[in-house]
Amino acid sequence: MTADIAAILAIDGIATGAVYALVAIGTVLIFTVTRVIFIPFGDIAAFTALTLAALDAKQLPGTVGLVVVLACMACLMEVVSLARAGELRAVPKAILGYLVLPLIVVGIVWLTMRFNPPMPVRIVLALLLIMPISPLLDRIVFRPIADASVLLLLTVSVALHFALVGLGLLFFGPEGVRTEPLTSMALEIAGVHVSGQTILILTAALVFSGLLLLFFDFTLLGKALRATAFNRTGARLMGIRPARAGTIAYLLGSLMAGVSGILIAPVNTIFYDSGFLLGLKAFVGAIVGGMTSYPGAALGAFGVGILESFASFQSSTLKDVIVFSLLIPILLWRSLASHHSEEEVEE
Amino acid sequence: MTLLQIRLIIAAAIACLVAAPFVLNPFSITLLNYIGIYALAAIGLALLTGVGGIVSFGQAAFVGVAAYSTAWATALNGYSPWLGLVLAVILTCSVAAILGFVTLRLGGHFLSLSTVAWGLAIAFLFGNIDGLGQHNGISGIPPISIGRVALVESWQIYFLIWTIVVAILLLCYNLLDSRIGRAMRALRGGNTLVESLGISAFQIKLLTFVIAAFFGALSGWLYAHLGRFVSPGPFEAGMGIEYLMMAMVGGAGSILGGVIGAAIVTLLKNAVQDYLPLIARGASGQLEIVAFSALFILFLQRARQGIVPFLSSFLPGMKLSRPQAAAPLPRREQPPPGTLLLKVSEAQRRFGGLIAVNNVSFEVKSGEILGLIGPNGAGKTTMFNLLTGALRANSGEIAFAGRSITRDQQFHIARSGISRTFQHVKLRPRMTLLDNVLLGTYSRTRTGLFAGALRLNQAEEASARYEALQQLERVGLGDKPFELAGNLPLGNQRVLEIARALAADPTLLVLDEPAAGLRRQEKLKLAELLRSLRADHLTILLVEHDMEFVMSLVDRIVVLDFGSKLCEGEPAAIRSDARVQEAYLGGVA
Repeated sequence: MTADIAAILAIDGIATGAVYALVAIGTVLIFTVTRVIFIPFGDIAAFTALTLAALDAKQLPGTVGLVVVLACMACLMEVVSLARAGELRAVPKAILGYLVLPLIVVGIVWLTMRFNPPMPVRIVLALLLIMPISPLLDRIVFRPIADASVLLLLTVSVALHFALVGLGLLFFGPEGVRTEPLTSMALEIAGVHVSGQTILILTAALVFSGLLLLFFDFTLLGKALRATAFNRTGARLMGIRPARAGTIAYLLGSLMAGVSGILIAPVNTIFYDSGFLLGLKAFVGAIVGGMTSYPGAALGAFGVGILESFASFQSSTLKDVIVFSLLIPILLWRSLASHHSEEEVEE
Repeated sequence: MTLLQIRLIIAAAIACLVAAPFVLNPFSITLLNYIGIYALAAIGLALLTGVGGIVSFGQAAFVGVAAYSTAWATALNGYSPWLGLVLAVILTCSVAAILGFVTLRLGGHFLSLSTVAWGLAIAFLFGNIDGLGQHNGISGIPPISIGRVALVESWQIYFLIWTIVVAILLLCYNLLDSRIGRAMRALRGGNTLVESLGISAFQIKLLTFVIAAFFGALSGWLYAHLGRFVSPGPFEAGMGIEYLMMAMVGGAGSILGGVIGAAIVTLLKNAVQDYLPLIARGASGQLEIVAFSALFILFLQRARQGIVPFLSSFLPGMKLSRPQAAAPLPRREQPPPGTLLLKVSEAQRRFGGLIAVNNVSFEVKSGEILGLIGPNGAGKTTMFNLLTGALRANSGEIAFAGRSITRDQQFHIARSGISRTFQHVKLRPRMTLLDNVLLGTYSRTRTGLFAGALRLNQAEEASARYEALQQLERVGLGDKPFELAGNLPLGNQRVLEIARALAADPTLLVLDEPAAGLRRQEKLKLAELLRSLRADHLTILLVEHDMEFVMSLVDRIVVLDFGSKLCEGEPAAIRSDARVQEAYLGGVA
């Protein structure tokens, strides 16, 4: 391997790593606030890419159907649980939040599509459309078992991933998509060709993680989220509702995943089931940060990206085997580094 | 139910299984074959996940390793399927042993995540190795032959499959009712509990892990020779979660649940494949996995307990007979009263900048009750953890019976004769009182895995059961040995912990705040029990908060304050010590 090739592989790896980093940060966000290891996160990224591709092709994206179905289910569950608790006064608000709001988003997309909107608008539409999915899934799937062990939540999360893959095939079909490049610009840095897409990916990753940092440090809502992550009961005593904090975490996380999906779609062909590997690799990064540290997760994700890039140069068929085998030493190192006293047990 | 009734039910079930091929059509028999094969893998998971509490998403990978091993040996190299079985079992168990050795020290969800990782990695390998046919798989696998009969027809292999399933079920039930099995059932109580009983949690986890893989290997071997074809598909992550679903739907804590779960999931899948096309034409493949995952999620939300435990709660309880008198278990030689038993010298433990225990030294002499007291934050619990090996001292030395235990692991310390109880009671609530106390006899008994599974251990088991009953009687809980531990009130739960500790025949009994949360009457009874133990020459170290309880009971007291030893002496002297009064009540203004 020459230095040139190494440089190209490194740049490629950094670009992939940046995409993973966005998803990894979202994973950490959701895990710390809700204790759910949200495996379907990669699916959200893949669905965003598929949505954007459908919008590009002037078709109504399958996401519309998915959002409508999920919104109806979530709304129904919320109304039933409110009715059972005798809190009928809260029903209009629940309908507004779980049904009307997602439907408004769908309506906006449906209306705007008729005017052949330019690329930036399509991207915003795709993100808007993808963002309600995880909060709705949270309401349907995780809220009823919010107090269960991390292990049970993980099992549910894995099952949910498979459900989403099936839904993905149903709503998006089996064809892979590759969206048009966001930029055709290119740069030459120290003799190495760097595509504009790579620069865009890195910039987007930096901007969005920077925004998240600002949100956490300078807004009350952000601080409320951090408080929930730190201590759920304590946060609840301070008047923060963990369920609401969870919804916000899912919204923000989906935004991160959505952005990563849009960034990767012009580079890789995305299928309805591409999300699993994307999510899991991001997840390997998140584990480097112990599932709690944002910088750790981002660093880990870059590491995975670079490793994958070099591994695929050595053996393209075995690169996934290499990446996942790597998780075991990382986990070992993490478990040695963090001393957790007693695992939670469920009888 | 009596033992006879249970045996009759088992006999009837086996008779039904034997009769099935003569009654059912070939399609149903094929379905039963697959149920049996999946059941084997699911039984492994029921053991690992349900009993051991280790959630694994990777069982499908083990099934795959075995299926590919035998396919490689028989279809590609022309060896006999029986050689394929040997290879499959050796390879699968070795892979499991290596993976387990590396990952089983991980805690809770990290461990489960690692199973996702290696499950995926192994599944990827199958599709990418040239010698294994890549994504096309391996075809032309020969049928299994017994003597000269090749098991080609589905009813022929049916008998082999279900003989193995029934044999495995019986072995598992025997195992779980034996010494090693009880240790497995204790795993869910957490490492500290398991190790405090002299059991190496890691060893038992590894053993459970390899056994689960072994069942997976049997399943994979049968799978390859039933379908006569293997490809990567059936061993991917999706199947891993399906096995988990089988084990959990059946009732994760129950071995029979593995079979019932496999049957339900397989039949349900079959029904879904039949009926979904009627509802949604052309989209049934996608909907199948959606429907399945949704059902599984619903199940996990609503009925985690599973079917078998739910149904068996309607059955009349087992009528068990009290253990009969049997040869006593070997006893430890107790040191003569008054000799030095435990010597703590200059023990120090830091947490970052905080020195929780600062150069504390004291001694415990054989036959006495020593109280370790101090206000909140004095370092009592840390000291207790140093003694029992739950924490390591940063410096200093702890010697027990003349041997340094400073760097010993918890289960070594427990085996050397220190038995403990817990401030927050750690019992196995779904196990009977007798089984809980039997856990204590682990370090005094020898029965291994195979002896337990084959019931070759009856003499030792009888002795252990009788010993456990005697300890229950000794602490006053002998009237209902088959009550579930979770049904006892807190006071009796603490007493049960003491019985469990006594069953290990300890030299030193260390009690962590035994009076916490007890009512006055319960405290008095507890004090009486501890006095009677001292009369039997047992040495007791007591960490306690309750002054009245301590003062009336102990021979000597060591007072800790802010991590350091404040003073040491007889109760009366301690009561009048100005420094102690200041530590507890604040300085005299």
